[in-house]
Amino acid sequence: MPSPPFLCNSFQPAPLTPRSAVTPQAPPEIRPPFWRDERIIGWISQLVTLGVIVGILYFLWYNMVTELRVQRDTTFTYRWINFEAGFDISESLIDYDRARTYGRAIVVGILNTLQVAVLGIVFSTVIGMVMGILRQSTNYLVRGLATAYVEVFRNIPLVILLIFWYQAIFLKLPRLKEAVTLPGPIFISIRGVAVPWGTPTDSWGSFLISVLIGLALAIGLGIYLKALRDRTGRRIEITLICAGSWLVWSTASWFVLPQPLTLTQPYLDGLRVSGGHVFSPEFMSVLSALSIYTSAYVAENVRGGIMAVPRGQYEASGSLGLTRLQAMRLVILPQALRVIIPPMVSIYLSMIKNSSLAVAIGYPDFFHTTAITTLNQTGRAIEIFLLLMGIYLLFSLITSLILNIYNRRVQLVER
Amino acid sequence: MATTAQTFPSASPSRQAFGWIKGNLFGSALDTVLTVLMLTGLVLVANPFFTWVTETAEWPVIRANLTLMAKGRYPIESIWRIWIVVGMCGLLAGLLFSTYGSWLSRPSLTTTVLPLLLMAVPIISNEARMALAAVFLAIAVGQVVGIFGPERHMKRAALWYMVLLLPSAIIVLRGFGETGPFQLVPTRHWGGLLLSILLSASGIIVSYPLGILLALGRRSSLPILKSLCIIYIEFIRGVPLISLLFMSVTMLQLFLPAGFPQIEGIIRVGVAITLFSAAYVAENVRGGLQSIPNGQYEATWALGLNKAQSMMFVILPQALKAVIPVNISQFISLFKDTTLVALVGITDLFGIGRAVLGNPDWLGTHREVYFFIGALFWVMNYTLSYGSRKLEQALNTDNPGRD
Repeated sequence: MPSPPFLCNSFQPAPLTPRSAVTPQAPPEIRPPFWRDERIIGWISQLVTLGVIVGILYFLWYNMVTELRVQRDTTFTYRWINFEAGFDISESLIDYDRARTYGRAIVVGILNTLQVAVLGIVFSTVIGMVMGILRQSTNYLVRGLATAYVEVFRNIPLVILLIFWYQAIFLKLPRLKEAVTLPGPIFISIRGVAVPWGTPTDSWGSFLISVLIGLALAIGLGIYLKALRDRTGRRIEITLICAGSWLVWSTASWFVLPQPLTLTQPYLDGLRVSGGHVFSPEFMSVLSALSIYTSAYVAENVRGGIMAVPRGQYEASGSLGLTRLQAMRLVILPQALRVIIPPMVSIYLSMIKNSSLAVAIGYPDFFHTTAITTLNQTGRAIEIFLLLMGIYLLFSLITSLILNIYNRRVQLVER
Repeated sequence: MATTAQTFPSASPSRQAFGWIKGNLFGSALDTVLTVLMLTGLVLVANPFFTWVTETAEWPVIRANLTLMAKGRYPIESIWRIWIVVGMCGLLAGLLFSTYGSWLSRPSLTTTVLPLLLMAVPIISNEARMALAAVFLAIAVGQVVGIFGPERHMKRAALWYMVLLLPSAIIVLRGFGETGPFQLVPTRHWGGLLLSILLSASGIIVSYPLGILLALGRRSSLPILKSLCIIYIEFIRGVPLISLLFMSVTMLQLFLPAGFPQIEGIIRVGVAITLFSAAYVAENVRGGLQSIPNGQYEATWALGLNKAQSMMFVILPQALKAVIPVNISQFISLFKDTTLVALVGITDLFGIGRAVLGNPDWLGTHREVYFFIGALFWVMNYTLSYGSRKLEQALNTDNPGRD
């Protein structure tokens, strides 16, 4: 009911209409024709991409299935995992012999990879930290040598480093008869490095449980002490107290329990070493090459982290009366760690992936037992590579998960 | 943080040296101990090493196999084709230096005299010396053309030349036809350093556009496209390169229709390396894209550019410039990674080394061969990373007063 515009002085109340009816009319949406509408184009192009990719994958899959059925008279299956492996593995952390299954062999490989990776992470972190800090030294010689270390090992392909360690160092060691004997005794020879080793006795299990209980108690103590410190404001060296009491607890349980480990010493037994534990030349080569190569990257990362802390922080902590060590521990490192840790995740990840290069010297890691030996025996290329990649992806995911949790804890301070 | 020694300009040189030594080597008790320890360690390590290099090592193995390591089984009568490719690269280098940089700059001059320096290396044959002289000429010609040609056209020509270099190099190397100067050299005869460089160079060049597309896909707002790109990138980055190489060698044929001709091994590993590298390039480019401030996007909308235009003309050029140093490191690590192809039976530099060691004439020369190959890789990679650091400083237009 439009009113004529010139009756403006005669007031007319607006007709009462339900509220819903007066919703302002949205301006008519100017939509381009559908072939120029960005959203529609987007969806169409996505569907086309998806279709093409699914098509390609189906094509590949179809070819594979036909190939398998026609040429090899078989299908995609994982049943072979429970068949007898029938090959030996030179070193294993768990019981294994050729009568075990392929699945067991693969697990042996995974454990060997983890062994190298975990030790490699420890060694490369320690060496890399030291080198990274030394690169900041005020001493010219120290700084120069640390720089040379980093620049040399970062620019040589890992596989060449690896094979050099193996062929040119560990396989050029003296024969067992003329083994280099270090106090311990440790025998270093072409057969590897033999060290004294503890053999678990009956009480080993209870010792481990006791150590774990001690750890739980120490953590509990730590939480209590932190609360105490926050309440009273007294200075308490929480880490020192907790670690110390855990150590005391563990040592005590070691002596209370009847000898959890018996130490066996290696000795030369004709043409071989008996007793103790022998680290094979392959293992030693992989570990040293991997640790050295990775430590160069760790060193660069650590250096970058330390350099990212502004100079003023040093000066400020100095003027607060902190000693250099205190300044490092309480002021510089907490800030540097925040920069250091995220790239560390990718360094460790690439280290785990790099451990697959052990295949070049025949160390029976995951890749070797799976993609070489098992593949040669079963010929199941597709199943094996799917398994292989799946497990490597799993390694990556777990590592990045753990480090991301730690990272979040460190980053929490940031506002 | 380094407390440099306090030296005064007026102090005599001996005094300056003394002050430097005092400040940098014996500044404190700890420093003195460290210096002595390091010096002892250095002597203990360096002494046997120099004895080995100068006396014990059997260098003839390197001298005898130098050509083999350079080019693999590439026929010796066609070796001039490799030199042509080197010359083409030299021409490009000269052109790039004189158009985009200055031909008088230090990297340019170093590159120019490099062939001349290499000519002086004693173990190089006379034919190679002639070829090196030709390479020097090619660099010089590139520079002269770049200096005297019209700048705008020259810049464009250099870019086109760069794009066309790889395909034309491969055509020259591979050849065509049964006879004639350019007769076919099958890729299985390629090897040595030639192959290492070709694989890594083609890997990074081909993976570059692929990586850019993946990075754009990962940042796109289209959910399916985005998740496909994420799956691809994370999958490739989660598995070791060597598993991709083994896969491409052992099972590629399975996925192809029956009767499909056998694909040459080098092409297989080349494709695997390219697909591998693309995921890493994508992540680098994504970093570059994230570093572009939002204002740039808003400015392009304000100017009325559509999405494709703003990407092409505004965002990508800046992002790609920002990631040049990262991508050079990517190239270095790819160059190192190409050594893995030796494990699947391709004779790149490392593979040739293994083949030489398998030859009964050269038994037990592992140290020499691997040391030489390692040193060669080191020299090339170190030069590249040094160059990339310099380039980074040169490109850093925001903050020239670094250090």
